[in-house]
Amino acid sequence: MEEIKLSARNLNLFFGNKQILKNLSIDFPKNQVTSLIGPSGCGKSTLLRSFNRMHDLSPDARIEGKLKMDEMDLYNKANSVTEIRKRIGMVFQKPNPLPKSIFENLSYALHIHNFPKAEIPGLIENALKESFLWDEVKEELKKPAVKLSGGQQQRLCIARTVVLRPEVILMDEPCSALDPISTRKIEDLILKLKKDYTIIIVTHNMQQAQRISDKVAFMYLGELIEFDSCENIFSNPKQELTKEYIGGHFG
Amino acid sequence: MIDWTFKQVFKGAGFLTIALLGSIFFMLMYNAFSFFSRINPIDFFTGIQWDPDTSYSIFPLLVSTFLVAIGSMVIAVPLGILTAAFLSEVAPEKLQMILKPVIEMLAAIPSVAIGFLGIVLLGPFISKLFGIQNGLNALNGSILLAIMALPTIITISEDAINSVPNSHREASLALGANKWETLFKITIPAALPGLIAAVMLGLGRALGETMTVLMATGNAAAIPKGFLDSVRTITATIAIEMGEVPYQTTHYFALFAIAAILFLISLSINFLGEYFANRLRKFDA
Repeated sequence: MEEIKLSARNLNLFFGNKQILKNLSIDFPKNQVTSLIGPSGCGKSTLLRSFNRMHDLSPDARIEGKLKMDEMDLYNKANSVTEIRKRIGMVFQKPNPLPKSIFENLSYALHIHNFPKAEIPGLIENALKESFLWDEVKEELKKPAVKLSGGQQQRLCIARTVVLRPEVILMDEPCSALDPISTRKIEDLILKLKKDYTIIIVTHNMQQAQRISDKVAFMYLGELIEFDSCENIFSNPKQELTKEYIGGHFG
Repeated sequence: MIDWTFKQVFKGAGFLTIALLGSIFFMLMYNAFSFFSRINPIDFFTGIQWDPDTSYSIFPLLVSTFLVAIGSMVIAVPLGILTAAFLSEVAPEKLQMILKPVIEMLAAIPSVAIGFLGIVLLGPFISKLFGIQNGLNALNGSILLAIMALPTIITISEDAINSVPNSHREASLALGANKWETLFKITIPAALPGLIAAVMLGLGRALGETMTVLMATGNAAAIPKGFLDSVRTITATIAIEMGEVPYQTTHYFALFAIAAILFLISLSINFLGEYFANRLRKFDA
């Protein structure tokens, strides 16, 4: 039996009067890559962002149900949201390096979380190596991060997340703004990272989901339609809707 | 034909502005040079007294001008930027709806009314607070100028903070930074070019303001020893003396000379602001 890292139970999420997620329950296994697929507007990103509590920022969002990492209730007032976000990292759809140098992009979070100053350069080097970026940037760590290419920026964003040693990494269509070669590099990176991290990735790219996922969840209109191993979803879907979606009949 | 006409009209409008700026600059410089052909520039900059007919030195006026202007920035910059940050990042929408028009109304108060305030309200208050005879001094002027510069600084700073892409804030928050760390370490630094522009415009306003400082700073053309001394700025000197000076005398040219200096100072502050703003912009996309 696989170990469960992250879970949602009877999750309902509203923006104002509009219900985005409907009574959704799902378990994400540890050290695996789970893809969330489904047509635009089905609530994939919303589900993703509820785990690191990014919805705290929108005043009209309302959440019901239980979200847990291991045994920790993510929405319990006693748990600090900054600590949760440190343990559940996030990579966004568009690369969003901070308007600082490459080095500062990684050191920022380390300073925030009070890592000892002496350890910071070493941690940064490791994270950049882990993200396959070190060889490309080791000579120019002081350069503004925006001077990097889109693919490099996204790997920097992954490095920035990885440097904090989170337990889970949430990725919201991390390759949708990238060319195929950069996408390939990110995918290789994801497959390597899953040894140490639990990864949940939203993707619109069926081939990508097939290439990198251990499990795949298909969502439609705020509901979880089918959740199974990657193999089963793509070769033997049980729901008619899933079959139609991966067959490209809608979406 | 219509095309041609409109093209000429727009061209004309554009060139008119440049011509105006050019002729003002030329007039100032021409008269200033007439002054320097009569008075040694070294005496002008190093002397210690502005006393028409005997000694023309800009030094006490320059010290006065900068004392008042910099004093006003010390008050207005932190206040303005914090207000702008509060408005765009912290305040609930309803409060914003009330505060923004109120701040803009502040800019609508005529400078002469603010000067009035300085004489009847702030002056007595300052003299009581510090136990001095005269409340019309540099401190009074600085506070009034700060009030006048605030709407400019707040409005432009708020624009600058608002235009920081939300993805920067999200990136910071997703790394586990709290709201305040995000504001002070990411949002405000990212808005810095705009904030510098705001401060420069505020400083320009404070340097060029005439009526308020004329009314509230006591008009003593001597080198001030501190904020509690009366001062007389360049602008106030020109406003007071220009009306009574005989045409084309040394005194007349002297007023043009100090106006030219003020113009050059304002110009350099603008360029300096642009330079810093450009240097910081390279970290943006």
